[in-house]
Amino acid sequence: MNFKLKSTVAAGVLLATAGGAWADCGIESGSVRILSNDFAALHAVAEWAEKCASATVEVTKNQTEEHKNVQVPALTTNPASYTVAVVATNSIVPLLNDDLIRPLDEYVAKWGDQLLDSQKIVVDGKIMAIAFMANAQHLQYREDILSANGIAVPTSYEDMFAAAEMLREAGVMETPISSNFMPGWNLAAEFVNMYLGTGNDFFEPGSAKLAIDNADGLLVLENMKRMVDYMSADWVTYDSNSTKPVWEAGEVALTIAWGSRAGAMIDESGPAPDIAKATSFAAAPTIGDNTIPSAALWWDGFTIAKNISDEDAEASFRAMMNGLSPEMMAENLDAAVWLIDGYEPTKAASGVIADLQAGARPYPMLPYMGLLHTALGDNLAEFLQGKESAEQALADVTAAYTTAATEAGFLN
Amino acid sequence: MPHKTFMAFIWPSLLAMILFIALPILSVGYQSLFIEHEQILIETETCGPFGCTAEVSVDSAAMADLRAEKPAGRYNGLGTYTNASHLAFDEITEIFATSDNFTEIRTRIMNLPFYKALIFTLAYTFIVTPLVIILGFIIALVVNSIPRFLKGPVIFFSLLPMIVTPLVGSLVLFWMIDSRGIIGAALQALFSDPSLSLKASPALTWVTLFVYGVWHSAPFAFVVFYAGLQTVPQDTLESAMVDGASRWERVRFVTIPYLMPLATFIALMQLMDNFRVFEPIIGFSAAASATSLSYLIYNDLRAAESPLFGSAAATSMLTIIGVIILLLPVLRRNWREFNRKT
Repeated sequence: MNFKLKSTVAAGVLLATAGGAWADCGIESGSVRILSNDFAALHAVAEWAEKCASATVEVTKNQTEEHKNVQVPALTTNPASYTVAVVATNSIVPLLNDDLIRPLDEYVAKWGDQLLDSQKIVVDGKIMAIAFMANAQHLQYREDILSANGIAVPTSYEDMFAAAEMLREAGVMETPISSNFMPGWNLAAEFVNMYLGTGNDFFEPGSAKLAIDNADGLLVLENMKRMVDYMSADWVTYDSNSTKPVWEAGEVALTIAWGSRAGAMIDESGPAPDIAKATSFAAAPTIGDNTIPSAALWWDGFTIAKNISDEDAEASFRAMMNGLSPEMMAENLDAAVWLIDGYEPTKAASGVIADLQAGARPYPMLPYMGLLHTALGDNLAEFLQGKESAEQALADVTAAYTTAATEAGFLN
Repeated sequence: MPHKTFMAFIWPSLLAMILFIALPILSVGYQSLFIEHEQILIETETCGPFGCTAEVSVDSAAMADLRAEKPAGRYNGLGTYTNASHLAFDEITEIFATSDNFTEIRTRIMNLPFYKALIFTLAYTFIVTPLVIILGFIIALVVNSIPRFLKGPVIFFSLLPMIVTPLVGSLVLFWMIDSRGIIGAALQALFSDPSLSLKASPALTWVTLFVYGVWHSAPFAFVVFYAGLQTVPQDTLESAMVDGASRWERVRFVTIPYLMPLATFIALMQLMDNFRVFEPIIGFSAAASATSLSYLIYNDLRAAESPLFGSAAATSMLTIIGVIILLLPVLRRNWREFNRKT
């Protein structure tokens, strides 16, 4: 009886403290409706934003991989279907183009003390988004296999091909490399990574005119072709989801992978604990004689819709501040490379941090970059399959991009 | 039937067809004549976690004014139809002018996105359609001749490929042909070639897609033929037997002529369906080796951050024209038969 009473009291105290924590958001009223992509780090942020829900504050979320296709129509309506759109470097562009998100300066001044300056995405002098995590591709390698064969961790693609050749000749693995080479978005992202690694720009300065038809473009394509030589024939179907089981099956020793997937790769409670234990990360390799990692840096952040009431906008901003709180980060250290104040990198973040430190370049936030990304995704496979020349592939990309950019009104 | 009664019966479906088929097609046709307004670009400084850069961005306020004035965009006439992503007139003229021989002309035209997709679409249509009709007919004949108590279960299992959602069906097969899957591994063992991959080689990808198409659609043909078989006049069959016709001769000279109208019907449906082949390309991640017209439309609408509506609309209209051309011979035959009868 006594024991029962005690536990009831304890439960009551717990509830009271939990209630206190909710009240900490301090939002009087409003509606917070979050639209975001669907992965672990964003689940954590949305979950913490949801803690601000109360009798007068409504917090709902829709986390879907379709967010990119939903966001423009959903934010165009007045009032918008969502108050918060969680975006990345590329997906903020259509929202900016159509003027669907509002400047956040006022809210940052009032409620954003916790934010670092580096988190503020400033476009034309106005804060348009708050970034909270970074992402990039990195080199993921099998520590055990490399050291057993006396191979140092590759820092350049030349090293990586030499390592792959050694593993092949030693009979350890026939196809030691993998990468997300599935034609479409994935393959284009790999081209973008390597091309950024050459230090060159995609477009002529200040214009939408494509400028990849040059020696660096050819260097990237030849490099990609050499990678394919060390990859399984199934590379045409490789994306992040299909390369993971191949890695876990121990068939690959070197892969170019996403930083956001690193946590799952070293999770020893996963299907292949021994391989998870032997998996490590380093900066993406450099290409040719260049010295910066061939990886595009991405940020993920949130924006607030324009077509909503000021009350909802303020409530949304404050709920998201709770979503980005240090407490949220403390609970989810491994889920992402957080840009939040006080972040201490973990092993899962080591590759992306190495990219950052070695000066990797950001993914271009240009209004016509998406069109180039699509054109790259559609036109590189035939070259990699050996059906056409690198020059022809670049010419095809240029033709596809030029047609699309003309239709979209960026070129004449 | 008097015209008035006929109209009374038909008007609800006519109305629905106008609202949900004719008007949308007209609107797509209208959209295909327009492209986006010329973008007004401004140079701005963009700062983020990775530093500041001077970047170009769209002047959204100025664009909003332009769009309010002309919501459909810039009039482009048939420009979208003839550009490099569609019929590519300029490119083809240039190819003919600068190529040395027919092979080079063929390779270069096949490299243009629209023609690449068209070739696969046509190959798929003309290979899968007859195979579906033949296979469906054979299954129907076999099922029709098995003992009564087995018919129920056999019909059910034969229909399964059609019941399964196309995308799910193709994903299941996709995993089976993986080099670790049951079919992929079996083939590697059979040909003792560890590098054999159904996913990698363009030719094998085409074959896989054709096989999937036949697998998925044969049950449709089977059901139609099976229903038809139940109505084949028994007296004609019996008199053929009395005349000493073999089993094959009875099928060839009685059943097949009798079921011919059904075959036409299936051919019509299959030509239309197969010309719009799409799901297996996604399910099999086959876009590297095979694209179809429907895939091009999907790609225009979904691949980039901002959809290319004009381009997608033009491909849609070209697809409709393609379907009409394909169906013309069959429809003309039906029309003639109709005229003969009345």
